[in-house]
Amino acid sequence: MTREKVELPPFQALIDAHWRDVARLARAMAGPVDGDDAAQRAWEKAYAAYPALTSAKNLRSWLLTITARCATDVHRARKPQRPLEEAPPVAVEGPDAAAWPDPDLWRAVNELPERQRFAITLKYVGDLDHHGVAAALDTTPAASRRLVSDALATLRSKLGVEDD
Amino acid sequence: MTDLESRLTRLAMPDPGHTEPKRPVLPDADVAYTLHDTPIGTMLLAITHGRVVASSFGDEETMTNRLARAVSPRVLRQARPLDDVRRQLDEYLAGTRQTFELEVDLALATPFQRLVLTDLPTHTSYGATTTYGTVAADIDKPKAARAVGTALGANPVCVVLPCHRVVGANGALTGYAGGLDAKRFLLNLEAKS
Repeated sequence: MTREKVELPPFQALIDAHWRDVARLARAMAGPVDGDDAAQRAWEKAYAAYPALTSAKNLRSWLLTITARCATDVHRARKPQRPLEEAPPVAVEGPDAAAWPDPDLWRAVNELPERQRFAITLKYVGDLDHHGVAAALDTTPAASRRLVSDALATLRSKLGVEDD
Repeated sequence: MTDLESRLTRLAMPDPGHTEPKRPVLPDADVAYTLHDTPIGTMLLAITHGRVVASSFGDEETMTNRLARAVSPRVLRQARPLDDVRRQLDEYLAGTRQTFELEVDLALATPFQRLVLTDLPTHTSYGATTTYGTVAADIDKPKAARAVGTALGANPVCVVLPCHRVVGANGALTGYAGGLDAKRFLLNLEAKS
């Protein structure tokens, strides 16, 4: 069987289109410092693997999957020294408020079990569907759906928001 | 989408330092390119494995897509690998350089274009013009003047491979990828340097 020639776009076009999304997802999963490391590593891995890709479809999802794995690795390696779950003690006011739009939500998300936290971050920050979330977490779409719905239920009760 | 879900899409890390995320830093690309402003317009310069593969007036999206298909999809905007190309081009455009010490890769050219372009620097000389018919004769295709014109018109390595020195049989400038003003500028430059 001959492999069809895949016409991949120039890698620079991927960077220009998605570098902010990659950075944001990596930061949401691993924190600002480790997140930037994770994003850089993710781009290095993606660049190395790029010419061997067999499909030019869903490149954003492919990038975010790599980003999620790098963010998980970086985060796990650092966990003993710097738990991300440590919520900052004071409410943010003044000029910093814009840099941190929804602190209650942030705290509640960080108190979720890790798999749930990653799943909802990938789903909502990364805007991936359950297939994409599942690929990034090495699980099935059904399991992704469960992680997300359990996480949403916990967040609703913690934040006191109604089902709408 | 519920209200909670839309709040989640805006979920952001506390970032009191307002640190902007950084663009990735990658090794030297298979194909590195840069956009270079010159007196004859913005040119896209690209290099692969040390050889100039594009020196073109074409737009960034079209050119990088062609490079991705013809050479490697690992195409990156990187100025440093093109330092020497930019320097030589600037010297040429300032009238202080007559020949380029650069190797060329004709990956973007058709087989016929390669035939026409490869020896162009030896079939032309600085400060002089030749005709499409003469170039056709030089490559042993005396009847192919029109095809030579088309091949030169789509030269992917403009200026470095001096297609601007080739004009119509009656001396008319005919056409140039960078526009007739650019062709006139280059011929005037060579005439007075």
